[in-house]
Amino acid sequence: MDRGNNNYTERIITDKNEGCKPKEIINTHVNIAGIEMKNPVTTASGTFGSGMEYGEFVDLSRLGAVTTKGVANVPWPGNPTPRIAETYGGMINAIGLQNPGIDTFISRDIPYLKQYDTKIIVNVCGRTVEDYVDVVTRLAETDVDMLEINISCPNVKEGGIAFGTNAKAIEHITSEIKKCAKQPVIMKLSPNVTDITEMARAAESGGADALSLINTITGMKIDINRRCFAVANKTGGLSGPAIRPVAVRMVYQVRHAVKLPIIGMGGIACAEDALEFIMAGASMVAVGTANFNNPTATVEIIDGIEEFMKKNGVKDIKELFGCVE
Amino acid sequence: MKRSKTLCKIISKDYLTDDIVSIRFESPDIAASAVAGQFVSVYTDSSSELLPRPISICDVEPDKGLVRIVFRIVGKGTAMFSEKKEGDYLQIIGPLGNGYSEAVASLPDNSNVIITGGGIGIPPMLGLAKSLNNGDLCDNKNCKINVVLGYRDILFLNEEFEQYGNVYIASEDGKHGTKGNVIDAIMSGKTGNNASDEENTSTVNPGIDINNIDAIFACGPMPMLRGIKSFAEEHNIEAWISLEEKMACGIGACLACVCNSTDVDSHSMVHNKRICKDGPVFNAKEVDI
Repeated sequence: MDRGNNNYTERIITDKNEGCKPKEIINTHVNIAGIEMKNPVTTASGTFGSGMEYGEFVDLSRLGAVTTKGVANVPWPGNPTPRIAETYGGMINAIGLQNPGIDTFISRDIPYLKQYDTKIIVNVCGRTVEDYVDVVTRLAETDVDMLEINISCPNVKEGGIAFGTNAKAIEHITSEIKKCAKQPVIMKLSPNVTDITEMARAAESGGADALSLINTITGMKIDINRRCFAVANKTGGLSGPAIRPVAVRMVYQVRHAVKLPIIGMGGIACAEDALEFIMAGASMVAVGTANFNNPTATVEIIDGIEEFMKKNGVKDIKELFGCVE
Repeated sequence: MKRSKTLCKIISKDYLTDDIVSIRFESPDIAASAVAGQFVSVYTDSSSELLPRPISICDVEPDKGLVRIVFRIVGKGTAMFSEKKEGDYLQIIGPLGNGYSEAVASLPDNSNVIITGGGIGIPPMLGLAKSLNNGDLCDNKNCKINVVLGYRDILFLNEEFEQYGNVYIASEDGKHGTKGNVIDAIMSGKTGNNASDEENTSTVNPGIDINNIDAIFACGPMPMLRGIKSFAEEHNIEAWISLEEKMACGIGACLACVCNSTDVDSHSMVHNKRICKDGPVFNAKEVDI
């Protein structure tokens, strides 16, 4: 396999015993809302920065897309520390969407990512509809590929989840963003709701092009030795393998509720996990907390998906999309 | 060549106290490139404890390709590492972070420095004392090294510091050296060796002449570092401190382990610096702790 060549639309898998003779051709390309990606693996927002730090560990050109940490119209300082705590099979975070603001993002982070042969999905956060519109308008002038709208962060008091847990608010903010967005709009849904399909339908009515799910599940951890909350924010977002079955279930439900393509995420740590999401109905997956456990997790998952396809005679990844009815 | 987790073979493991463990592992790359004050991320083999444990590098032996870490068993992850045996492997990424190289480069020749560590902040200072003594981080600036170590009760590593400078000790219970904290020890100059302290009683052992100190290097609990920062400001001494915070990625991406910075940081664009990437060593003036 030639890892260096990223221009192939189809990767040629050769059998070691047969030298360079192509044995089978597999297609891992996916298309989300008109954006073609070389494979169905991206990063979950907030776990990968803008890729710079992980660039030491991963050839970013191998990723289908890089989804950046949420960016707002102005710099945000985030929450007090401690911002994270480990939990069984996962972690709780309350970073509070610290970000350098859209100006720095446009002048520094986008040019960095443009060096690589990968798609750029920019996660957008805000406190008011106007904040989101502001960022989306600025991004309209840039060369990024898609926008992922964070209406589901559990760690900021205003904006974020306040939009993501109310169907009317989701429809409204989606339609306002669609009015000014030049790139396809992915709405990122919160699992902290009674019925996620209601939120998915609201985003669809508002004109969303795709959905990301799930964001973290609101949780709490107590430090029994110090008799206090483990993160300064008291509550935080639970992520990691502990939440995966919840996420797979929600992807499955949403896929039957709306026609929009789904980027599935929530505790994906290996190729088998990613394939669960794909078979449940996701067209793409995002790797988050696993990056902390293993900075090369994303490429290992891409390799693992290809290996699975090869082993099981799957020629096109699309054959697996929602194959479990 | 991209970096990745590496399996490093454990060459030796010793308990320095009931709960403080010293492990030497093989890693020619880390041994060759690490500078004092940097750390390694150590990963558990468990699928439940997912986050790396940042552990400071205590010492390196580049000729043998060995790295030494000394850590306290404080939770599940460190307990798992402590249960490893010689010949077992640790999953490691490192070296990470910014060590003391900038701090040392800023020292004048023939400078007189204090290296101070409190509790489990002591181990990285051994590597710094050795580097300064050997001139590893600079063209032998001929430093005079005063080592001040603060303990709760049981001593560890103190004897290993003696080859690099005068060692002064503070203990909370007063059993060793000065009763109190490292600043009390800096001011009183007790060595912790009770016999020689009694013998020397101020006339022979001059202690530390604080007016002659060019820099303080410190690692330890936050109250100690706050104390060192204000002590240094009061005496107009440069201070370099090593911070810690709960980390997730360990490489500067997740923004979990931030500290407040005095000025707007050029990366974050807010008053936050990343301890894992911009630190863990900071000039005390850079950070608001």
